[in-house]
Amino acid sequence: MTQPVSPPRGSTDKVPQVPLPAWRGLVARADVRTLSLLGVLAALIVIGGVTKPDEFLDTRNLQLVLTQASVIGVVTVGMTFVITSGGIDLSVGAIVALASVWATTVATQEYGFGGILFTSVLVGLGCGLVNGLLIAYGGMVPFIATLAMLASARGLALQITDGKTQIVTVDGILDLGERDAYVLGVPPLVMVFAVVTIIGWLLLNRTTFGRRTVAVGGNAEAARLAGIDVRRQRLYLYLLSGLCCGIAAFLLIILSGSGQNTNGNLYELDAIAAAIIGGTLLSGGRGTITGSVLGVLIFTTITNIFALNNLQSDVQQIAKGAIIVAAVLVQRRTASTT
Amino acid sequence: MPEPTFTSRFTSRRGLLFGTAAVSAGALLTGCTSNDPKDEEPAANDRPAADDKPGKQVTIGFAGPQADHGWLNAINDNAKSRAKKYSDVTLEITEGSNDTAQQIGQIETLINKKVDVLVVLPADGKALTQVGLKAMRAGIPVVNLDRIFNTPQAYRCWIGGDNYGMGLNAGHYIGEKLKGKADARVIELAGLDNLELTKQRTQGFDDALKNYPNIKKVARQAAEFTVESGQAKMAQLLQAQPRFDALWNHDDDQGVGALRAIEQAGRDDFLMVGGAGALSAFQAIKQDNGVLKATVLYPPTMAASAIDLARALGQGKGVGGLAEYEIPASITLYSAVVDKENVDQYMSTGFR
Repeated sequence: MTQPVSPPRGSTDKVPQVPLPAWRGLVARADVRTLSLLGVLAALIVIGGVTKPDEFLDTRNLQLVLTQASVIGVVTVGMTFVITSGGIDLSVGAIVALASVWATTVATQEYGFGGILFTSVLVGLGCGLVNGLLIAYGGMVPFIATLAMLASARGLALQITDGKTQIVTVDGILDLGERDAYVLGVPPLVMVFAVVTIIGWLLLNRTTFGRRTVAVGGNAEAARLAGIDVRRQRLYLYLLSGLCCGIAAFLLIILSGSGQNTNGNLYELDAIAAAIIGGTLLSGGRGTITGSVLGVLIFTTITNIFALNNLQSDVQQIAKGAIIVAAVLVQRRTASTT
Repeated sequence: MPEPTFTSRFTSRRGLLFGTAAVSAGALLTGCTSNDPKDEEPAANDRPAADDKPGKQVTIGFAGPQADHGWLNAINDNAKSRAKKYSDVTLEITEGSNDTAQQIGQIETLINKKVDVLVVLPADGKALTQVGLKAMRAGIPVVNLDRIFNTPQAYRCWIGGDNYGMGLNAGHYIGEKLKGKADARVIELAGLDNLELTKQRTQGFDDALKNYPNIKKVARQAAEFTVESGQAKMAQLLQAQPRFDALWNHDDDQGVGALRAIEQAGRDDFLMVGGAGALSAFQAIKQDNGVLKATVLYPPTMAASAIDLARALGQGKGVGGLAEYEIPASITLYSAVVDKENVDQYMSTGFR
């Protein structure tokens, strides 16, 4: 899918740093970027198919890869919005951890399925609200505010669990992770991931909200002069990221059947890496949901291929680092050819 | 059996503590005259080290890492409840920290407070060696718990688990279970690969499996001691290996996730052995309705034993069960295999 994240349509005069002549070039480049990501994914599928034809090219494996991608994928969608607006959210992993343990305490589990879902989402939103208020109205740098949230949310998660693993006993939750719950072969987790992706794509590309996000990331001062309430926009974006974390925490509870304060370990880095190799600019002003989701799928597929070939974690980490570097270098090349 | 016979006679945690030394202990304690342990009650019985009777007041300083994992949490609980048992022990416990600098500061505070004995479970053994040395030079004996300092000069006594032995015993248990099965396939779900202990566990496991030519280890993946990583890595392993006979998982915490993945894949065609000794694992072993058939201990009760040792040090006593006047310089605990036969005995030591 082509995904030109164009400057706000009909308002190019308000965002002067994107001159009109570059417009078509931008479309072409975004296209190339998405295509190259698809190429990488295709190459990986060939590698997997050649090295482990029986295990890799298998419906169950496809279900496995997509399921494993769901949790971090939902987080990455939220992260993409934040990065597009020129911000960063380092607290996503910690929020997932906090939401997942808060939603799996004995007290919450007594309220059953609804209680767990409600608590996960509410905790995510709550943390996002705090982040947003601190950044938008408290004037804190996103890096610092979300770093503080990372520390406190992890601490609170530890305090709630006391270091113990909270095992979920609610059948309605556990059943959703079983094969019986698959609809036409699609796991429920993957459906949630797909829905979040589609909503995210529409939100970023087809709404005023999305155009404002891009404008704020491109040039906040210009956006303000153009009449956008930059502060409120930022608040909404961190709320959105928190919401995604809450949903991801709920998915993780289904997947692992438990809540643990170590959940979501280093999600912030995985989500940022996926968004960046997807083509979202770390400096803001350009974001692509399609690219981010492809980034997540690339990382998950690599992990899958390595595991199927019994390669150890040291090799996996080296390769992951190399891929990030390669992707960003390619990105820089395409960007500098303007 | 991988488990020494004495532990079944003495159901307490003491049995574990003196696992390495209990064989000749009883006789020697009675006066070095008899060589037959059977003519006197063996010493490694239910009474704690030194003895239960209140003696000299001892203040024990305890510094451990942040209890962000079930096992570490059990370490703190064991230390606290053991200290509470003695009217003559005051426990000065610090807020656990994974930050080396912070833990050094905490231990220095304890040194300045002039506690009688220190029990230290370092976040990083090598990095905290200097402060261990400092305490020893200040005349405060240090009981080094599990993660060992760089030099024996930094501790009076080291007590800890046996990671190599853990792998060894897991390997032998699986080996015996699969005896006579031609072309048996085994997989390993390891812990965090960054840690030396993971390498030691794997080494022990591999060494044990060498004794069974019919068994081949076909896959190994490292998780991160977390439920989430256990689920993720196990799901991949199950996809990679359509047929295998046994699985050793290094850690029962990540085992919660591994069992979830096994359940989700609908597999039950193999036997699984866990590691560490979590309560949930013990319960699953007792119920015996899943793949988990056994777990290899890395007993958190070592913290209780460390308190006993510290108390004995503070009171200038040896420990019950050994002939010597002084407590040993080093105690390596035995990694017993807990299966359906003996799980009841260990149930109370299981951690959440």
